[in-house]
Amino acid sequence: MPEASTRPKVGLFVTCLVDMFRPSIGFAAVKLIEESGCDVDVPSAQTCCGQPAYNSGDNADTIAIARQVIAAFEPYDYVVAPSGSCSGMLKVHYPLLFAEDVAWKARAEAFAAKVHELVSFLTDVRGMSRVAAAFAGTVTYHDSCSGLRELGIREQPRRLLKTVSGLKLLELKDANVCCGFGGTFCVKYPDISNAIVEEKANRIAESGAGTLLAGDLGCLMNMAGKLQRRNLPVATRHVAEVLAGMTAEPPIGEPG
Amino acid sequence: MEITSPQFKENAGRALHDEHLQKALRHVRSNFIVKRQNAVDALPEFDAIRDSARDIKNHTLAHLDLYIEAYEEKVTASGGHVHYAATAEEARNTILAICRKAGARTVTKGKSMVAEEIGLNEHLEANGIEPVETDLGEYIIQIRHEPPSHIIAPAVHLTKDQIEADFRRTHTHLPADRDLSESNSLLGEARTILRRRFLEADVGITGANFLIAETGTSVIVTNEGNGDLTQILPRVHIVLAAIEKITPTLEDVSQILRLLARSATGQENSVYTTFSTGPRRPGDPDGPEEYHVVLLDNGRSAMLGTEFQDMLRCIRCGACMNHCPVYQQVGGHAYGWVYPGPMGAVLTPQLIGIDKAGHLPNASTFCGRCESVCPMHIPLPKMMRHWREREFEKHLSPTTVRYGIGFWAFFARRPRLYQFATRWAMRMLANRAFGIGRFRSLPLAGGWTRHRDFPAPQGKTFQQLWQERKKAA
Amino acid sequence: MSARDEILGRIRRSLGVNGREAGRRAIVIARLAGAPKGVIPKRAQLPHADQVALFRTMAEKSYATVASVAGIGDVAAEVAGFLRAHNLPASVRMGADPLLSEVSFANTSIEVRRGPSDGNDETGLSRAAHGIAETGTLILTSGPENPSTVNFLPANHVVVVRAEDVLGDAETAFAALRARYGKGLLPRTVNMVTGPSRSGDIEQTMLFGAHGPKRLHIIVVG
Repeated sequence: MPEASTRPKVGLFVTCLVDMFRPSIGFAAVKLIEESGCDVDVPSAQTCCGQPAYNSGDNADTIAIARQVIAAFEPYDYVVAPSGSCSGMLKVHYPLLFAEDVAWKARAEAFAAKVHELVSFLTDVRGMSRVAAAFAGTVTYHDSCSGLRELGIREQPRRLLKTVSGLKLLELKDANVCCGFGGTFCVKYPDISNAIVEEKANRIAESGAGTLLAGDLGCLMNMAGKLQRRNLPVATRHVAEVLAGMTAEPPIGEPG
Repeated sequence: MEITSPQFKENAGRALHDEHLQKALRHVRSNFIVKRQNAVDALPEFDAIRDSARDIKNHTLAHLDLYIEAYEEKVTASGGHVHYAATAEEARNTILAICRKAGARTVTKGKSMVAEEIGLNEHLEANGIEPVETDLGEYIIQIRHEPPSHIIAPAVHLTKDQIEADFRRTHTHLPADRDLSESNSLLGEARTILRRRFLEADVGITGANFLIAETGTSVIVTNEGNGDLTQILPRVHIVLAAIEKITPTLEDVSQILRLLARSATGQENSVYTTFSTGPRRPGDPDGPEEYHVVLLDNGRSAMLGTEFQDMLRCIRCGACMNHCPVYQQVGGHAYGWVYPGPMGAVLTPQLIGIDKAGHLPNASTFCGRCESVCPMHIPLPKMMRHWREREFEKHLSPTTVRYGIGFWAFFARRPRLYQFATRWAMRMLANRAFGIGRFRSLPLAGGWTRHRDFPAPQGKTFQQLWQERKKAA
Repeated sequence: MSARDEILGRIRRSLGVNGREAGRRAIVIARLAGAPKGVIPKRAQLPHADQVALFRTMAEKSYATVASVAGIGDVAAEVAGFLRAHNLPASVRMGADPLLSEVSFANTSIEVRRGPSDGNDETGLSRAAHGIAETGTLILTSGPENPSTVNFLPANHVVVVRAEDVLGDAETAFAALRARYGKGLLPRTVNMVTGPSRSGDIEQTMLFGAHGPKRLHIIVVG
C-alpha cells in the first residue's frame, strides 16, 4: 500500500474540446503537472465549462453547469486546465455568475482561487523554470485572447519553450490579435471569422516557422483548418505537447 | 439616418468584397494602432490617468442631476440658453425653431455624432434650411450621401481616388481639366469652397466633447479648426450634446483630454481645443450673439443604474473600433447606424432596440482588445454579453441558437449521458476521416468547412482513455 | 412636464435619489469649488528655463515654427522676417493687445490692420496669454485685445508669448485664468492651439491648412 502522498492534488479540467478531439493534450498536461510535483486526478463528472451557453446569454444553463463543475472539483488543491478560455471562465466568470447567490458565492470564489491555466500553473505556482523536452524545429506562438487578457499569460509559455532543447522560437507578428474563432462566432459569422483567420494565416506563414503553437484547442483547430485549406507548410500543436515532449502523435488535422 | 443594422450580415458580406474599403481599412490598422501605442509608451502616467478619468466619470454619473443643474446655472449666467430635449424629435424641433427664429438659410456644422443620431441634417433640409458639413471627412461623405463609417474619421473607408471623383462630380463650377492628383489640391479645393460657406452661414452647430459644470463651457476638439469657424463666425451658435458629456471642472476635462487624442489618433493633443462660454461679451469684436445648448437625453438616463451604466463613460475616441478584429474586416457601415465597432455594439441596441440591433453585440469574438485599449476602462465585452442575455430572455436569439444551446446543455448537464454521446460521435467522425485526418466538408458544419478544413478527432475521448488507463493500473 | 423635469426626474429615479439630499449636494459643491487636480505628468515639472525649452520642443513637434527674441522691441523685425521668408504680403491683422501695441512696425513697411478678421487677411498676429510646456500649446483668449477670428481666418498665424507666461501644464494655466477672470468665469472663447491646422481625412495623409492657418509661427519674448 503506497504511502499517502504529500504532493498537492490537482484536478484536471480536461475541457470539452481536448476530451473530444485531442486527448493527447490532456495526457501531456497530466505529465507536465506530475513533473511539477503534483498528483493528478480527473473527476468524471465534468463535461464543459459552460462558455457556449454563457456567451449565448443562457445564464440558467451556465449556472447549472457551473455548479456541477464547482462541486466536482472542490476536493482538490488546484484545478488546472490546458486552455486559457476555459480557465478564464472558471476563474474570472464563475464568481461573477454567483455574485448575487448567497449559497454559492463563497464556494465559487474559493473554487476560482484554485483555478489555473496549465502553463502559468507550472511557472507561477509550481516554479518550473525549464522543461526536459526536446523538439527539433522552429515554432511560433499565438496568444489566445482569454489567456492573454483575462489571465495575463504571455511570457510564461515563451519562457518554457526557450528551454526546450533544439527548439527555435520565432515571434509571430500580431501574435496578440484574435484568430477569429470566438467559439460560436466562427459559425454564426463565418465570413467575418474567415477574413480574420486569413490574416492570421498570413502572419503565421510570414513568421517562417514550421510549427504553430498556442494554449487553446479551439483557436488551434481554427488556425490549423485554415493553414491546411491553404496548403501552407505549417504543423499545428498545443504548447503542452511540445513542453511535455509528447509529439509522437500527428499534428492537429493530420492523419495517424 | 436609415437603419440597416438588421442586415449586418449582408452588409458585412459586401464589405468583405469591397476592394476600396479593404484597402482603406488596412491603412487604419497600421496607422491608428501603431500611433496610439507610441503615444501611450511616451506617457508614463497614462494608466494612472485612465484610472483617474474613470473615477471622475463615475463620480459625475452618480451626481449627474446636480451637475446638470450647476451647468445650466452657469450657462444662463453667461448669457446662454440651455434647452432640454428628452428625445431626438424634441432636439430636432428645438434646433429647427432656433434656426427659423434666426432666419437661417444655411447652417455650418462641426462634426457631431449626436447630430447623426437625431437625423438633424435631413430634418433641416426637409424644412428648407441647408446644412453644410465642414469637417473635411464629413463634407466628403455629405457629398456622397453616405453616413460616416468611423466616429472620428468619418471618411476613413474612402481612397483618394474616390474622393477626387466625388469632388469632380460635385464642384462643377470649377474647370474640368484641373489637376487634383495631389491630396493637397483636394484639400485646397475643399478649403476654398467651405471658406465661403463659413462666412455666409447664419447659424453654426457644433457638438461638444465636454460640457463643464464649473463654468458653463462647451469644449470641442478638432485638428482642422472647422469647429471654431463654425462657432465664431455666425450670429447664432448652437451646441448639441448628450447629457453624459457633463464634466465637473476644468481640471477634470484636462485629465480626460490627455487620453482623448492619444487614444484616437495617437497625437498628444488635437490642434484645437476650444472652450466656449456663452455669447460674445460687450466689447467683443467677434463671436456669436446667441449661444444655445441643446441638452439631449435620448436613452441615456435609462442606462443609469443598469448594467449598461459604464457605457456612459465613453468619450468617443474610437480606439475600440480601431483595434477590433471584426471592425478591421468590415468597416463601420456594416453596423448599419451611427455608432460602429464595439462601442456601437453596446450603445446601438440601447438607442434603437435590441430587436433591430441584435447582430451587433453578437458579432464579437469577445477577444477583449477593445476593453484593453479603452481609455475609460469600459467593460465592452461584458456589456455585449448582457445584450445577448436580454435577447435570450426575450426569445430574440435565432431559434437555431436557442434550440442548439438547449440541446447541447441538456447533455452538458448530464456527464454520463454526455460522455456516452461524445464517445459515439467522436468514433464516428474519426472513422470517417481515417487516414486523412480532417474534413474538407462536413454536414451541419458548413459554416466552418466552407472556409477551412475541420480537424478530425483522435478517436477515443480523453475520459474514455483515462478510465481505461485507470483500469489497467 | 417640461423636458427638463422629465430628464432630471428620470436621472434621479435611475440613481434612486430625489435630488435634495444634503450629502450629495455638498459633494458636488465641494468638487466645483475645490477643482481637485488629477494625475499631472512629470514631464513639465521642471525649472522655468527648462519649461520654456520644452515648450519650444513640443511646439516644433506639432509643426509650429518657434523663434526666440530678447525683447518686445525685436518682434517687428521677426515678423517682417517671417513675412519675407514665405513671400507674404507686408500686412498683419491684429487686435488691441497692450503688449502687441508696444511692437513698433514703424521701421518696417508692414501695414497693420486692426480689429477682427473678415477673411481677407493673409497673416494674423496675436498674443497668447500663456504657453503650456507639456504640450507646446498656446492659450489665446477672446476679446478686443485678441479677436478669435484672427486665430482662424488668416492662412498664417504669428503668435507672441512672453517667456514668463510659459507654464508647465494646463492645470497651472487654468489657475491663472481663474485669477484673471474670476472663479467659474471664462471669456467667450479660450483657444488652446497646438500647431497649425491639419487634416488626415484623405487616406490618413497629414495635410496642413485644412480650414485654419497652414502656418503657425510662435515668437517667444524674453
